[in-house]
Amino acid sequence: MARSRTASPERPARKTITLPASVGVNVPRKDGRDKVTGAALYLDDLRVPGVLHGRTVRSTVANARIVSVTLDPAFDWTGMTVVDHRDIPGENCVAVIERDQPMLASTHVRHVDEPILLLAHEDAERVEAAVSAVKIEYEPLTPALNLEESLEKKALVRGDDNVFKTIRIERGDLDEAFVRSDRVIEGEYWCGHQEQLYIENNAMLAERTKDGGIHIRGSMQCPYYVHGALQVLLNLPPEKVRIEQTVTGGGFGGKEDYPSVIGGHAALLAWKSGRPVKIVYDRLEDLAATTKRHPARVRIKTGVMNDGTLVALDADVVMDGGAYLTLTPVVLSRGAIHAGGCYRWDAARIFARAVATNTPPNGAFRGFGAPQTLFAIESHMDRIAAELGMDPLALRRKNAVKLGDVTPTGQVLKESVGSHEVLERTAKRAKYAEKRARYERENAAAEAAERAGKGAKDGRRLRRGIGMALAMHGAGFTGSGESKLNSLAALDLTPDGRPCVRISNTEIGQGTNTVFGQIVGEVLGIPHEQVLVHVPDTDHVPDSGPTVASRTLMVVGGLIEKCAKKMKEKLELFAEHPIEGGADFARIAKRWLKERGPLRVEQRYQKPTGIEWDDDTYQGDAYGVFAYAAIAVEVEVDLDTAETKLLHVTTAQDIGRAIHPVLCAGQIEGGTLQGLGWALMEEVRHKDGKVWNHQLTNYIIPTSADAPPIDVEIVEIPYSNGPWGAKGVGELPMDVPAPAVIAAIAHATGCRLDEIPATPERLMRALQRRGA
Amino acid sequence: MKTAISTLAVECPKHLKHALTLLHESLATERLTPLAGGTDLFVYLNAGSHRGTRFLDLAPCAELRGIKAIKGRLRIGALETFDRIARHPKMAAWPLLVQAARCVGAAQIQNRGTIGGNIANASPAGDSLPVLLAYDALVHVASVRGERTIPFRELQTGYRQLALEADELIVAVELPEVPAGAKQFFRKVGTRAAQSISKVVFAGVLVPGRGGQWSHVRLAWGSMAPITVRSLRAEAALLAHKPSAQAAAWADVALGEDLVPIDDIRSDAEYRLSAARHVLAQFLRSSHAGFRG
Repeated sequence: MARSRTASPERPARKTITLPASVGVNVPRKDGRDKVTGAALYLDDLRVPGVLHGRTVRSTVANARIVSVTLDPAFDWTGMTVVDHRDIPGENCVAVIERDQPMLASTHVRHVDEPILLLAHEDAERVEAAVSAVKIEYEPLTPALNLEESLEKKALVRGDDNVFKTIRIERGDLDEAFVRSDRVIEGEYWCGHQEQLYIENNAMLAERTKDGGIHIRGSMQCPYYVHGALQVLLNLPPEKVRIEQTVTGGGFGGKEDYPSVIGGHAALLAWKSGRPVKIVYDRLEDLAATTKRHPARVRIKTGVMNDGTLVALDADVVMDGGAYLTLTPVVLSRGAIHAGGCYRWDAARIFARAVATNTPPNGAFRGFGAPQTLFAIESHMDRIAAELGMDPLALRRKNAVKLGDVTPTGQVLKESVGSHEVLERTAKRAKYAEKRARYERENAAAEAAERAGKGAKDGRRLRRGIGMALAMHGAGFTGSGESKLNSLAALDLTPDGRPCVRISNTEIGQGTNTVFGQIVGEVLGIPHEQVLVHVPDTDHVPDSGPTVASRTLMVVGGLIEKCAKKMKEKLELFAEHPIEGGADFARIAKRWLKERGPLRVEQRYQKPTGIEWDDDTYQGDAYGVFAYAAIAVEVEVDLDTAETKLLHVTTAQDIGRAIHPVLCAGQIEGGTLQGLGWALMEEVRHKDGKVWNHQLTNYIIPTSADAPPIDVEIVEIPYSNGPWGAKGVGELPMDVPAPAVIAAIAHATGCRLDEIPATPERLMRALQRRGA
Repeated sequence: MKTAISTLAVECPKHLKHALTLLHESLATERLTPLAGGTDLFVYLNAGSHRGTRFLDLAPCAELRGIKAIKGRLRIGALETFDRIARHPKMAAWPLLVQAARCVGAAQIQNRGTIGGNIANASPAGDSLPVLLAYDALVHVASVRGERTIPFRELQTGYRQLALEADELIVAVELPEVPAGAKQFFRKVGTRAAQSISKVVFAGVLVPGRGGQWSHVRLAWGSMAPITVRSLRAEAALLAHKPSAQAAAWADVALGEDLVPIDDIRSDAEYRLSAARHVLAQFLRSSHAGFRG
């Protein structure tokens, strides 16, 4: 518990009061008041004199040569800025991992809704009208529209085999392991695209600066990604590119890589027109054109013993990356590493490929490849249990990793292994065993009553079921990623003596700014409100890496904790006494500023000792640590309509330490609901390569009326390298709902779906197949 | 917003007669699009799919409001919102319309959306429309030439087409008395629990006559055809028969001939037909214990 001394202005007598500790306390959100009252200014709220409204002219075909682009002479083009690929001062690409994606298509289009031309006008209605006055003539080519067509090379989208990336993870003697297995059980699992569906659509504002550079403001997760991409696009040195985050209404990965595209477009229009340019997507455009979760097909072959012991795993993973590479290799990597689930295998082989298709590029989405492979392995666990006649919980108990176990990449789990803890706590809180038995009894009774013509009075034929899932999720960048990022965080003093956190990690609704205030406040022994967090602006904050991979608190929070400790040490040495609360801190800080000038402390990421990774063999410590989650989902299936209603969800998640328990529970509830949506209803439907249901009436996500009660238990098994033991929480909750839903439906109906979403259409077909 | 808002104009009439005059006069140039709750229109404007630029705001027309019971029949003004309909005490005798009103969109849509608008928009997925069909509703329409009454069943002529003159406005909906002892049933199968457009929507009325045979049968469906439809063969399979598993089986087979749904963005034909058959079976089970649907 922190202690603080405050002085009244009238009488400088000292009175000791006790301040509650910040860490572990549910303090009010820093951004809460502004967001609730509407005072927070999102990009579209910014009023900029002389601004032009930008629009994007996009392709209407999936694969074609561009024959001609014509501006309709009948249209009044006065005052219209028109940009095409020839107007790009630097390299025509969206620089991410590779530079394969053009910022504007020149000779070919490789997916529907690919940007070709940019328009800007001070009248938003005129530029809207101008979009349809651009005529583009194509010579259509055969497209490959899904991963099967890509594997069949129906069209060559990338190189001579359509493969973006291949990963092989091998451990142990697989052939030998299958030979000594009692049974071999196989399955094939499919999952589709998913849209992040942040509340605020993608939006950017670009202005040329007086010194010949570019200033971009907007909704984003990773200012330094945009910073890098814009240098290449405009051929500018780093100091001439300034990227500043505005209040951001959600990201979920959807604003990890895409802001480089829309930011680049706004910049090109500003560059040519010399005017500030704003591009704000509406929902239709955002749904149709921006990145989605990678669809995946996962084939699993397992060798198991009759007592349920898992022996051998052979997994074949294919992900659909879309037309360009974006972040696909890294998504695939995380997916491949997680493909073995949360279990011990004597031998494992994971073969993963990402392929190119003529569809809009897929990108980052909460979980980043892991939910796809975890859906597969967890569904497969339920299948193994069913084939062995074993309870799925017992199967998981027998095989879930423990401290000291080794993963398929050869990583020894050395600390903070919460797998059994989350499993048991979930089972207990959910009353799993009792419910499983009760639902089976009730379902059998209902069926018998219906056969006898004595079913429910309202004529409904309902069945209930409960299903579980378990997962581990690597926190932070994969492999040597964190070392390569070389993140730098800083803490300095404002002129009025307040500590100010300088990092490039963004508040996107998850509560980052609040917890950074807590961390610094806790170390310095001052109220968290006294801590400022600087707007992520590349002119004013160092590159502490992107806001992704559940790394912000665990990795960057750790850097900031160290910064705060350094600052405390310096100020206490200077003051010659321990800091005694907020007012004392302000006094010391002001004296320092007066006598010594500015104070800034920095901390660079240092790889924890004992963590080694080999990118070539895919062996070693894939992550510093894993977080663990278990879930129990209860459903009610209407046999007449095949609709699945979510009754109740129970989940326990080991996140090391909850710095702010309410925010952590918020992440878990939100991620769970996003996972439930993916499991049951969220389906991006394409027609000739175009997103067909790019409207909220047709792209169905759960409403509050669809959301079940979600009972969250936070388990805290500390991690030695996280601040106060914290591990990542952002993505973990996304991993477990989908397979648990499928297991619950199987329990309720006897029908196991191997493809999500489990829409009523899919389930009805399965029910009828079983009936026939 | 894909529509250029600055190009749009809204006429505000003083009362119904004025509205009818404005609508009639507009035919000479660009027809005014009547604007009631706007819950469909604003979606079209946002998507840029509404071509008209002139609108007639019906809100000032007090004559289009009110829910009145007259000798067992009910007259509902065209501007009555789904929320008002769902809450109105006189609605108790027409429970299917209350149930339908409660599942249109969500609370916000129910506060704005009107029964007249639902009819005029003529979507095959309109949630209240199968209920109007099942209740043999009459629709009162008016123009500068006066009022006339059309059975709802005859009003729909094709996909989003109504048997209305270009200068006619829907004034009210009239629901006849439901025969005593009627079994009534409503079910919407949507895409989720709220803010959902139906994949199958059903309203059914079954009246047992003397001797236990069904003397009156209405089975009405939305989202199953270009317009809201009654399944006449299935109705015939039940009419004048006693409730039995055999009658239910005949109705089930007949329904497969009645309904030819389509694949679209929300669902597919196979699912729609299966769900419809099951929903009918559910209605029959619920209306008479002992059935095995």
